[in-house]
Amino acid sequence: MSIFSFFRSAPRPSAVQAKERLQIVMAHERAGRAGPDYLPMLQQELLAVIAKYIDIDQNKVEVKLDRGSDCSTLELNIELPAREQLKSAMAAVRKPETKAGGDGLKAGAPLASSEDKKRH
Amino acid sequence: MSKIIVMTSGKGGVGKTTSSAAFATGLALRGFKTVVIDFDVGLRNLDLVMGCERRVVFDFINVINGEAKLSQALIKDKRIDNLYVLPTSQTRDKDALTSAGVERVLNELAKDFDYILCDSPAGIERGALMALYFADHAIIVTNPEVSSVRDSDRILGVLASRSRRAEQGLEPVTQQLLLTRYDPERVERGEMLKVDDVLEILAIPLLGVIPESQAVLRASNVGMPVILDESSNAGQAYTDAVGRFLGEDIEHRFMAPQKKGLLSRLLRRSA
Repeated sequence: MSIFSFFRSAPRPSAVQAKERLQIVMAHERAGRAGPDYLPMLQQELLAVIAKYIDIDQNKVEVKLDRGSDCSTLELNIELPAREQLKSAMAAVRKPETKAGGDGLKAGAPLASSEDKKRH
Repeated sequence: MSKIIVMTSGKGGVGKTTSSAAFATGLALRGFKTVVIDFDVGLRNLDLVMGCERRVVFDFINVINGEAKLSQALIKDKRIDNLYVLPTSQTRDKDALTSAGVERVLNELAKDFDYILCDSPAGIERGALMALYFADHAIIVTNPEVSSVRDSDRILGVLASRSRRAEQGLEPVTQQLLLTRYDPERVERGEMLKVDDVLEILAIPLLGVIPESQAVLRASNVGMPVILDESSNAGQAYTDAVGRFLGEDIEHRFMAPQKKGLLSRLLRRSA
């Protein structure tokens, strides 16, 4: 048994959790009721901008949303093409550049993480 | 080979979403890759019962309309491997469920999942019809109460005439009864229909009896499928029902009143 559990307050009753969950989800729904469903359009436009510069696979785009009571986070993860593919794609447009080291390095890092803050 | 199950009832409020969440979780716990889909367009609640309401980005209707990829709309459960939720839209109406669109999404899911569980809305309108149309198995959720039993009979008729299997003359949709909110004490006092009464009227095999339980409300309060509350009667009854669905021979439990001590008898009498 951890010493911290001594100080920890009693678990919140489930009804309290129910009320909090409802307040959060319903605040978002009421706020969004008037406007159009913007997420699909937002995603398409963001991807169109990125696609102007990088050749991306539409299937490797992950959009995550976490709705909180104070602010919501919109997270967009786009897997970039592997360096080899990127180079060959670029070669079609430009002259090949100097060789880049570090073969087999996968570019799977999150490209963008934007925050969408909504206050209620 | 992927199997499509519909959780349906005709009547509202009998426990379809609670049962869908519990059943899908139970199948995933058995190692089957399972997705549970909310067909109640405009009145979504499966996300709340599964506890993923804050993570909904895209939904079933976005996928049908080609506004999002299926992989973007599927929400992976944080507790159980192999378990995914496909939430529905809260803003559109049932007309968004086109037959071709639903079929395309189900076909895409069938490539990847062992079980596809369709949580039907109440009624016998478009949402309920689309939820049951492609089903291989139907679980009829019924309360031991006159209007629920009558509506279940009605939905059995719809399954037999308007499902894809019926229309194409294939082997009929298998039908099993899940009797929920069963209170053995009221049954004993003669205030509630017995399991056998309901079975006699509906004449379909019994998948399980879920006892009336306070654990169901507690679980939905915190967004946890009640099957994960292993100490509760309801949770155990769902686990049994999942086993029976998979073909195991499991004896029915929780159908007789629990034996009580003298003290609780006295307290009950004075209450």
